[in-house]
Amino acid sequence: MQLTGTQFTNTTAVFGNDFATLPDYPAEIRAPAGTLAGVSSFQVNFGDERIYTPGDQPDVLVAMNPAALKVHLHDLRDNGVLIVNEDAFTEGNLSKAGFKSNPLEDGSIKGYQLFSIPITKMTLEALKDSPLKNKDRERCKNFYALGVLLWLYHRPLTVTTEWIETKFKKKPDLVEANITALKTGYHFGETTEMFQVSYEIAPTKRKPGTYRNITGNEALARGLAAASKITGRPLFLGSYPITPASDILHELSTFKNFRVHTFQAEDEIAGACSAIGASFAGALAVTTTSGPGIALKGEALGLAVMTELPLVIINVQRGGPSTGLPTKTEQSDLNQALYGRHGESPMCVLAARSPGDCFYMGIEAFRIATKYMCPVLLLTDGYLANGAEPWRIPEASEIPKFEVKMAQPELAEGGFLPYKRDPNTLARPWAIPGTPALEHRIGGLEKAADTGNVSYDPANHEAMVRTRQAKVEKIVQEIPPLEITGEKSGKLLVVGWGGTYGSIQAGVRRAQQKGLSVSSVHIQHLNPLPPDLGEIMGRFEKILVPELNLGQLRNLLRATYLVDAQGLNKIKGLPFRAVEILEKIEEMLG
Amino acid sequence: MSEEAVKLDRKDFVSDQDVRWCPGCGDYSILAQVQKVLPELGIARENFAFISGIGCSSRFPYYMNTYGFHTIHGRAPALASGVKIANPNLQVWVITGDGDGLSIGGNHLIHALRRNMDLKILLFNNEIYGLTKGQYSPTSEMGKKTKSTPMGSVDYPIQPVPLALASEATFVARTVDTNPKHLAEMLRRAADHKGSAIIEIYQNCVIFNDGAFKDVTDRSVRDDMSLILEDGKPMIFGKDSDKGIRIRGTKLEVVQLGDGVSESDLLVHNESDPDPALSMLLSRMHAPEYPVPLGVIRAIRRPAYHEMLLDQEEEAVQKKGVGEIRDLLMDSETWTVQ
Ligand SMILES: Cc1ncc(C[n+]2csc(CCOP(=O)(O)OP(=O)(O)O)c2C)c(N)n1
Ligand code: SF4
Repeated sequence: MQLTGTQFTNTTAVFGNDFATLPDYPAEIRAPAGTLAGVSSFQVNFGDERIYTPGDQPDVLVAMNPAALKVHLHDLRDNGVLIVNEDAFTEGNLSKAGFKSNPLEDGSIKGYQLFSIPITKMTLEALKDSPLKNKDRERCKNFYALGVLLWLYHRPLTVTTEWIETKFKKKPDLVEANITALKTGYHFGETTEMFQVSYEIAPTKRKPGTYRNITGNEALARGLAAASKITGRPLFLGSYPITPASDILHELSTFKNFRVHTFQAEDEIAGACSAIGASFAGALAVTTTSGPGIALKGEALGLAVMTELPLVIINVQRGGPSTGLPTKTEQSDLNQALYGRHGESPMCVLAARSPGDCFYMGIEAFRIATKYMCPVLLLTDGYLANGAEPWRIPEASEIPKFEVKMAQPELAEGGFLPYKRDPNTLARPWAIPGTPALEHRIGGLEKAADTGNVSYDPANHEAMVRTRQAKVEKIVQEIPPLEITGEKSGKLLVVGWGGTYGSIQAGVRRAQQKGLSVSSVHIQHLNPLPPDLGEIMGRFEKILVPELNLGQLRNLLRATYLVDAQGLNKIKGLPFRAVEILEKIEEMLG
Repeated sequence: MSEEAVKLDRKDFVSDQDVRWCPGCGDYSILAQVQKVLPELGIARENFAFISGIGCSSRFPYYMNTYGFHTIHGRAPALASGVKIANPNLQVWVITGDGDGLSIGGNHLIHALRRNMDLKILLFNNEIYGLTKGQYSPTSEMGKKTKSTPMGSVDYPIQPVPLALASEATFVARTVDTNPKHLAEMLRRAADHKGSAIIEIYQNCVIFNDGAFKDVTDRSVRDDMSLILEDGKPMIFGKDSDKGIRIRGTKLEVVQLGDGVSESDLLVHNESDPDPALSMLLSRMHAPEYPVPLGVIRAIRRPAYHEMLLDQEEEAVQKKGVGEIRDLLMDSETWTVQ
């Protein structure tokens, strides 16, 4: 199903529509087919105007078996198009999905346009001359269904046929069978009189440029590699596989011709430690993981704070605690990012807001880490990581530029001071092994100012704790003014952060169209917070903070600004629907 | 930098920090030998990095006038792996203790070894936790009475050398803090090795475990209780060089030279034997039944991790050309909006 969804999305992209996707799949690799737990789905929303979310209520639902119908029917909008594979509604499948009788026959599906199609049978019939085994022929049914959908939306088959040809290059029988299934489905749509309607959606009007389809993980891997090209420093990734972060490791592992060093470590601790070592040795070092992995890295992150080495830590958040919902999205690691370490251990925290934004935030994280000589933790989430959007490829001139300066041997004159700071950034010099005359020792023990020598002096400890804090606070000078969606003042300000950007934008815009006095800002710098945030909040009567957690940013805003921020909190492993945001806005303004 | 240009002596490697180990600690002797051997290697001082974990022994980098990093408990091999990969020109030394390297950091140690990461790992084995004031360690003997085991420990110890062999280390040696010449020789050998090198160093903790190795290292017994391994030489030991090691079936045995046993009956040490079986047998010889083998137990050449990694990168560059930002962005289907 994931594959079929991706293909539909690619066709949509090439056609020039805006879109957003929500892949949703079970944590088990081969969850038992036909069961409720095994349902894998792919939601895509596209249109001829700007699309912010994968959509609240789909217009069309394709259910390949009873379990899929059971799990997703309630998502479909009233009178929506429901396409089902009637062949899968066998007694066995019905009972696995917990149906007492066949909903296609017992009249229980009311209020939808039901199209019951013998997809399996027709696929097998179309492939009766194929040399493939019966089981493999049956698998082609997803392409049949895709064919029906492509017809329904007047989409060309070429994007998918070309993809099938390259994907199965070595297996001509599969190429033929899949293309036949696809075309048969398409022709079925064309020739039957079953569908009264078919949809035609014009290409979206967008900013001129070259576009591609990109997921958050793909964009982030590219941003990290781009930072390496921008600075001329090698990129090092130390990582241990974990859903939904592994794809960053996979992607970067294919960038060997960029001399990107990827190191699959024995655990997350080694992932973080190897990255700290690489940073000490002068690489742009990054470690990627999801919440449980950050928990393991905690001690090492304290070392990075103490030794003031540039390091980027990426947390692709998922539902927690513990193994939680490994394949679902959540924003519940904000507190962990801000406070999840021992000692006074301040850390710069950033959050990406859309799949394409991950590219820029990857670069931004390294820019700050190297300029201020400190670790930077970047939060994304499962929804951004796996969700795709059409992304305008930046021109060379639009890619941020920054320089990284390494300490040179001349600094040794009069004695090298590894903890002497730049007054503007409080950064210490990055003096890497291999540089003559700058030999020095660093470590996790408290150190004296300038020399970095071990010091247990009480006054020195307090001064150093305050200095490390002050350094992170200095980063505020890097934060651009917040963009306000809507009026600069009014009744209600919606404050969001991270991956909820799309849903909040969609909800707020709908409320604005209804004439409500509501605006929104979206935070990408969580520590330090944007310098103008307090003042902007002050211009609104009420503050709403929608989050996929129990209110972690809300509490931070309350504590920092003494504002009466209200929360909209959802912890279902799913992103917000725009309508949920809208309803909350209406409730607060009603 | 050309090697001739590098003329250094011991003092170049002494940092300005006061050494704070207890007087009489075995760590002093190890530090002295490292500072003696490094200047002989013809490597510029800035190309050494010393990476340690936590423990008394792990204070080592502060005393070396090289690049150094005193990291966190048990993680030095992981950190050092990142250093080596990011800058393969460096000679990277890892300093760890028996608690640091075998307890909290056991996992990182075995993985660094199996990857043939080009690190020179010095494992200071004092069979006790020094820094935390004397709890038993994973190498302490069964029944060890310490503050945390007042009635004696009830866990079986682990041994570094068999563990290193099982972890596919390509260089494994053992030496003692009280034999500076032998210690220096082992350091030289490890420095020259390309790949994962580990030396177990018996190190006396005068405060919490004094005399732990005296059965092997004491002047009065050391010739009879240790076997100095030399590559290509028969395994002979004893004050009068009158004892040897022979193999019978799958067992090693101590024999007296003379009574019908001659040198030709003895095992000849072959440190580069591709089959690790004999090194494994040697590694498990203990006092008092056997003399303890000291020296290079195994040394084989295999491509090191960073060599293979860089080869792959080179191959990718040859095939695809050096990657540019444009390539990152255009590696998928695209469409143009006018
Ligand atoms: C995460 C963590 N746990 C525990 C400690 C406390 N600790 C410091 S050193 C040490 C044991 C050191 O023993 P060993 O490695 O044998 O070194 P030695 O002091 O004997 O040289 C322990 C338990 C610590 N520093 N960090
Ligand atoms: S406690 Fe033992 S190991 Fe630590 S410095 Fe003192 S003698 Fe050496």
